Amino acid sequence: MNKAGERLYNGIIKENPTFVLMLGMCPTLAVTTSAMNGLGMGLTTAVVLTMSNLIISLLRKVIPNRVRIPAFIVIIASFVTAVQLLLQAYLPSLNDALGVYIPLIVVNCIILGRAESYAYSNPPIPSLFDGLGMGLGFSLALTCIGAVREILAAGSVFGFRIMPDSYVTINIFGLAPGAFFVLAALTALQNYVKNKRKLAGKDYEKIQSGCGHDCLHCGESGCSERFYDNTDTSEDAVMDAARAAAKPKAATDDLETIDLDKEDK
Amino acid sequence: MSELLKVSSNPHIRSKVTTSSIMTAVVIALLPAAGFGIYNFGPRALAVMAVTIASTVLTELLFGWLWKKKITITDMSAVVTGLLLALNLPVGIPLWIAALGGVFAILVVKMLFGGLGQNFMNPALAARCFLLISFPSQMTNFVCDAYTGATPLAALKAGESVNVMNMIVGKTAGTIGETSVIALLIGACFLILIGVIDLRIPGTYIVTVILFAGFFGGHGFDPAYLSAQLAGGGLILGAFFMATDYVTRPITIKGQYVYGVVLGLLTGIFRIFGPGAEGVSYAIILGNLLVPLIEKFTMPVAFGRKAGAKHEK
Repeated sequence: MNKAGERLYNGIIKENPTFVLMLGMCPTLAVTTSAMNGLGMGLTTAVVLTMSNLIISLLRKVIPNRVRIPAFIVIIASFVTAVQLLLQAYLPSLNDALGVYIPLIVVNCIILGRAESYAYSNPPIPSLFDGLGMGLGFSLALTCIGAVREILAAGSVFGFRIMPDSYVTINIFGLAPGAFFVLAALTALQNYVKNKRKLAGKDYEKIQSGCGHDCLHCGESGCSERFYDNTDTSEDAVMDAARAAAKPKAATDDLETIDLDKEDK
Repeated sequence: MSELLKVSSNPHIRSKVTTSSIMTAVVIALLPAAGFGIYNFGPRALAVMAVTIASTVLTELLFGWLWKKKITITDMSAVVTGLLLALNLPVGIPLWIAALGGVFAILVVKMLFGGLGQNFMNPALAARCFLLISFPSQMTNFVCDAYTGATPLAALKAGESVNVMNMIVGKTAGTIGETSVIALLIGACFLILIGVIDLRIPGTYIVTVILFAGFFGGHGFDPAYLSAQLAGGGLILGAFFMATDYVTRPITIKGQYVYGVVLGLLTGIFRIFGPGAEGVSYAIILGNLLVPLIEKFTMPVAFGRKAGAKHEK
């Protein structure tokens, strides 16, 4: 399978960060008052995510395992600062609308999550596309939520009025509770569609990207690769096995770290 | 085996009380208030009630059909929700908003959480708050053919004097069912006499509100002010008919007293220190959210155990 395309598909549909992984809820609920804000937040995050994934993947053999989280944060924070300065310069109105949520991208769990679970154990090009796919998935989700909320709360999409003049706006959808309602409804809708297509034989199995086949040290619950069987000859399994063989370093590092910790005690 | 000997598993003591009999009793108890609402505000009040009841019952029916669940409309709880919601709406509300409130109460607050017994908030009150936030101008417009002024509580907050006698009879502006203290108390007495509710929650709730208003209301224990606080807004309706909702009140007896005090404090804070004049709806739904916590700390000690002893694991 085409690796780049697979990563994009994985980020946008299969493991959509908002609707499937349920990550980054803070900006999702706070800034999606309009489609424009949602799209702006999504794309800003996508840029940071793509760049940080690329750099972390390039530096993955340099960053020591023990200080990887601070190293990730420094890389991410640099990109966020750069992006914020660009927004202030060229899109001041969007910068004002998103407010504190731009600096908060630094601690966005999607970005840290992708760095930890994919970029740190995979080559640069797939990591780049993984970041791009996740970022686009996030943008898509935020834009959808923002559009629905904007239609209900203001009768317009991207600022263009689409509802008739007699439409009475429902204020609650412009406020925080409305964000929860719309997020829940859209998540239910995509689960409904996916379940229907699953019944029709389509594969949506949640395979953990960047799985090192080290189930012992993996905190992920609900992973379909647990108790992975090497006799599986399906295309995905072969690819994953190849990926695991190419990158056993992280796993052994983990083991050493733990042993050292024990000796210290 | 002889015919006299009947073998069955427990429970052996059974009661004839069913959900539908309790709910029917609540509907009967609400009839005086509903009747007074229709008399006071005209036939449009009847139309609002019909719309909300139809929308709650139809929503529950459709939910049962579409999701292939058991059809539960015969337990009458949807009717109670619809009627309570109508009593909490102003008479001039557009009918589609009333219908939307009914759909929200049943679909979002009740059925999505698993139906009657699983709802974490009183559906009628949650729907009222949903409508209050969504359509503030329509929901607080109490002008109708009979009345043009502000509600008594709003007038009281603005420092005007109010006629307490009118408030007790119910000849004031307000939502359809909240105005007449007499009609509500008739219904409440009926429920207490047949044992559906008791005075624990309403009693502590109302006493706390009075004490709070006396201490912090700025008028001291002035009888006119306190009786206006007592008779105004949705306090009587909320205390007797919504705070006592079986699903969303604490199940422990100690917890019910705590719950009443919490509701009274919240209502007092919202009414006296909040921006609006009313506070009963928000107080009760916030109180509903605290119920699991209250129950956790007021769980009675089982016979033979020491108070405060931890459960064995």
